[in-house]
Amino acid sequence: MKVLLVSIMLVLAFAANAIAAQTVVTQKGRKFSEKKIELNVGGSIKFVNDDDVTHNIHSTTKGHAFDVGAQKPGQTIVHTFGKAGKVKLRCAIHPKMKIKVTVK
Amino acid sequence: MRKNALNTLRGGAAALYGGFAAVAFMVTLGTSPWTTEATAGGGDDWKAAWVRPTSVPFPEENPYTTEKATLGQKLFFDPRLSGSDYISCATCHNPGFAWGDGLPTGYGHKMAKLGRRTPTILNSAWGELTMWDGRKDSLEEQALGPIGGKAMKQDVSAVVEELTAIPGYRTLFNVAFPGEGITLENIAKALATYERTIVSGIAPFDRWIAGDQRAISAAAKRGFDLFNNKANCAACHTGWSGTDSGFHDIGLPDDDIGRGKIVKNVVKLQHAFKTPTLRSIAQRAPYMHDGSLGTLKEVIDHYNDGFTRRESLSDEIKPLNLSEDEKADLLAFLLTFEGDDPAVVSPVLPANEQVPGAWLQRLSPAAGGKAETAECRTARLHLDHCN
Repeated sequence: MKVLLVSIMLVLAFAANAIAAQTVVTQKGRKFSEKKIELNVGGSIKFVNDDDVTHNIHSTTKGHAFDVGAQKPGQTIVHTFGKAGKVKLRCAIHPKMKIKVTVK
Repeated sequence: MRKNALNTLRGGAAALYGGFAAVAFMVTLGTSPWTTEATAGGGDDWKAAWVRPTSVPFPEENPYTTEKATLGQKLFFDPRLSGSDYISCATCHNPGFAWGDGLPTGYGHKMAKLGRRTPTILNSAWGELTMWDGRKDSLEEQALGPIGGKAMKQDVSAVVEELTAIPGYRTLFNVAFPGEGITLENIAKALATYERTIVSGIAPFDRWIAGDQRAISAAAKRGFDLFNNKANCAACHTGWSGTDSGFHDIGLPDDDIGRGKIVKNVVKLQHAFKTPTLRSIAQRAPYMHDGSLGTLKEVIDHYNDGFTRRESLSDEIKPLNLSEDEKADLLAFLLTFEGDDPAVVSPVLPANEQVPGAWLQRLSPAAGGKAETAECRTARLHLDHCN
C-alpha cells in the first residue's frame, strides 16, 4: 500500500512537472506576453499569434539558433528547448518583441 | 538587457548630447534635453506614444562613460580608420545631413558605389538590429563592418596597430578602457557609445505633444490624425522616434530583397527593410533604402497607391485614396519633425607621431640629452627641455 501511494505521488509530481514544462506566450499588439521565461531542458513554449499581423520567432543565440518561420494571425507554434543555456528570442519582423529564455 | 542610464547626460556627460554641441542648446532651452516639458495632454493615446524619453538607453555590456564617448567621437570623425586615411564614419554619416549623406546610395573607398542609401544614425540608441536588413545585432557589432567593408576598405587586423602608433589614442584608450587599451572590441564599444549620444533635438512636434497647442499648424494637426488613422503610417512609424525598428516590404520595385537574404524562409521578409526614424526627415532626402524617391511628396504618393503589389508586401500597405489636401496635411505634419538639433563641431583628432620614439628618448631630460633647437622646431614639440 505504501509503495502504491509513493508511486501515485511520483506520477502526480511528474505530471505536474510536465504541465509546468510548457509555457504559453501570446503575441498581441506587437508584444510578447512574457519578457523572461525559465524552463527545464526539454521544456517548451507554445507561441500563440493573437495579433493581426504575421510574426516570425527566431533566435541567433550561438548554439541555440532556430527559426520557426512565418506565423500568421491565429496560428500556434510550439518550440522545445533541448539544451541548457540562455537563449534570446526575437520576432524577425518586429525585433522590439524580445524574450529571454533560461533553460536549466 | 538594456539599462537606462539614469540622468546619463546631466553634469559632465551632458556635453555629449548631440555630438557635444548641445551644451549651448541646453542653455538656450534652460532645461535638460532629456526632459519633455509635460506628458501628452488630452488623454489622447496616439499622442502618448510620442512622448520623448527622459534618458538614453545604454546596454549593460557597454555602459556609458564620458571617456568612452569622447574617444568614440574622435574615432567617428577620424579618416585614419579607413584604408585610404581619407574616409571617416562621418563622411557618410554627415551631421550636416542629419547624419546621412544626402545621396541616393553612398560612395565608399575609391568612390565605389554602395548598394543602399546611407541610413541616419540619429536615435540609434533606441534601435534594435542594425543595418537596413538587420544583419547586425548591435551597434557594437555593426561598428567595424563599414571599416573593413566596401565603404572604408581598411585591413581591420591592422587598425589596432595603426591607432597604437598615434600617441594620443594610446592615452585616450587607456583612460577609456583602463588595463585594456586599444583592441578591436574597444574601438567598437567607443564608437557605439558615441553613436548612442546622437539624439534628435526637440522639434515643434515635441512641443505640441508636450502641450503647446501653437507649436504646429492646423494642417500638421490634421496630418497627424491622417498619419494615425486613414494613412496608417503609425502601423510602422511608431514611438517617439517614429519607427518600430521592424522590417517591412513597402513595395519598392527594385531587385534588392533586403532582410530576405538574412531570414530566408519568411515570405513577408522578402524585400523587407528596416523602418527608418522620421526625425529630421526633411533633412534626409532622398528617401527609402535605395534613395529612389526624391521628395516627401513622392513618398506620400508611393504609399497612396504607387507601391508594387506582391506576396511579400506588408499587410499594412493598402491604397489610401488620399486627396491632394490630405497629402498636403501629411506633409505639413512630417515637417514638424525638424528639430533644434545642435551644430556639431568636428573634434580635434590625436596627431600622428612627429618623431620616432628613440628620438623622443634622446630629447628626454631623463636621458641626459638636450635637444637641438632646430630639432625641436621641426618636431613642433613644445617641451621645456627644448627651450
